[in-house]
Amino acid sequence: MRCGDFKTTYAADMTIFESGNARIMLGLFFCLLFTLPLYVPGYLLDIINRIGIAVIGAIGLNILTGFTGQISLGNAAFMAIGAFSCGYLGTKFELPFYLCIPLAGLIAAFSGMFVGIPSLRIKGLYLAMATLAAHFIVEFLVVKWESVTGGVAGLSIPSPKIGNFVFDSDAKLFFLIFIIAIMSVLFAKNIFRTKVGKAFIAIRDQAISAEVMGVNILKYKLLSFGISSFYVGVAGALIAYQAKIISPETFPITVAIDYLGMIIIGGLGSILGSIYGAIFITLLPELLRMGTSSLAGSFPELVNKLAAMKELVFGLLVIIFLIFEPSGMAARWHSIKNYWKLYPFSH
Amino acid sequence: MAQLSCSDIQLNFGGVRALSGVSFEVSQGEIFAIIGPNGAGKSSMLNCISGLYNPQRGKVVFESHDVTGLPPCERTKRGMARSFQNIALFKGMSVIDNLMIGRHLHQSSGLLTCGLYYGPARAEEIKHREYVEGIIEFLEIQNIRKSIVGTLAYGFQKRVELARALALEPKLLLLDEPMAGMNHEETEDMVRFILETNETHGITIVMIEHDMGVVMDISNTVCVLDFGKKIAGGTPEEVQQDPHVIKAYLGEEDPEVS
Repeated sequence: MRCGDFKTTYAADMTIFESGNARIMLGLFFCLLFTLPLYVPGYLLDIINRIGIAVIGAIGLNILTGFTGQISLGNAAFMAIGAFSCGYLGTKFELPFYLCIPLAGLIAAFSGMFVGIPSLRIKGLYLAMATLAAHFIVEFLVVKWESVTGGVAGLSIPSPKIGNFVFDSDAKLFFLIFIIAIMSVLFAKNIFRTKVGKAFIAIRDQAISAEVMGVNILKYKLLSFGISSFYVGVAGALIAYQAKIISPETFPITVAIDYLGMIIIGGLGSILGSIYGAIFITLLPELLRMGTSSLAGSFPELVNKLAAMKELVFGLLVIIFLIFEPSGMAARWHSIKNYWKLYPFSH
Repeated sequence: MAQLSCSDIQLNFGGVRALSGVSFEVSQGEIFAIIGPNGAGKSSMLNCISGLYNPQRGKVVFESHDVTGLPPCERTKRGMARSFQNIALFKGMSVIDNLMIGRHLHQSSGLLTCGLYYGPARAEEIKHREYVEGIIEFLEIQNIRKSIVGTLAYGFQKRVELARALALEPKLLLLDEPMAGMNHEETEDMVRFILETNETHGITIVMIEHDMGVVMDISNTVCVLDFGKKIAGGTPEEVQQDPHVIKAYLGEEDPEVS
């Protein structure tokens, strides 16, 4: 039985997974994950793909809001910027997807850094308002700048391909999405065990003393906006590839609020929390739909009413989490794990 | 040559004059105490030195460079470090991570090397972790090194704040009431750490403290402020005898009573 930590090097102390068991479990999880397309039906795979994309976006938003403490309502806008840049680069310049996705991320990152400039002066609710303004500006641009975005008619996105291999089905897109998602998780994990991520958290916890300790506040706030928007932009590009047609309606303000819900329910300032939140919020409408359709037999009139339930349940869940578990699902998981770790000798 | 010299510092907040014409010099390697009744302008003085406030008049010269008007992080780069009166640690981070922020300026990894982790970023992280562990050992906080700072007891938080300032490898340490709210034992520990910091690391210390016993015991020079003015300065013995200081602390003798 494992009864404590006995580390002999600092490198061992900084690893993500402390025990051999955890690594074996992770290996098994990856085996399971990457064989999913073999036996999971197409509809479910579509949901799983959306989870993968949501993971990338939620980590992006968490880097900015959960770790750096800058509230942003502009993530649907950055997602739209990522999606439309990806579509534009792919159709007009016929760039391959492996250039489109990072370039879309970079364009979103620069827009994010631009929107982040006021963050040096304003914080909290006021910053939320400024980013909300950015959302509506982008929404307006997407509708009006028809030569790039296709206007209200939208933009159709060619499927990504390498040579003759075309990612045209959910199963093929699955691998693309999850490889990028895993890279995103790893990159974020690494940031937060080294200098840059610690500076972000320092700014969140105590901006003044972070400055006195020599952290350049403006640089790191903008960097946080940049990284966050890069993630969100990449998620947007993947949404474009998955949806195949994107229009201004693909990225409404409710998307931004869904993502905020993900990181609040999952856990602010936690990578693992972003993953849990992304899974939970993406599955929520599907679960509700399954629930309502099973009730449809006995209460047919209920179905229409329950269709509006998604927003209701979502709002209720956010409130419940804020009251009972403000640190989110990640913290709850942590305490459950700690309880069982030394069970039954919990002292 | 003085390591730090403040000359004719004047600081106003709107119509309120917090400091008027305060001057003093701190020489290399000494323990310099600033004392005075509440609201005398001690913390404002410290904030002027560390750059959180910019005085309307006067100059702050550190190691023969004029640092007046420089932002706090520039002064930190030149070798100043400080602690705050009401603890200003990063509450959501572990003790180690708080100290690693102290190493921020000494680290050079960029975003991409950090994101890739393996290679230079990890090597650098380990190198600075070793330095931080040295401080942890010096301040005897090994058992709480992994604890989240917000959950620690007050006395430990004060100690961690000193540790974080030391992680900067400063030449001048500004301490704002390091012993405030501590019990006797904790105060003794803190005094021991401050003396050791001063003697073995040769770090100059400027501190604000209300505990007169400590101030008179350990400081080489004392500066007394009252209502934003410097009313006395010198060795602890000189200051104790100074009629102005007695007046500021105890009030004037009433001729009618005596």
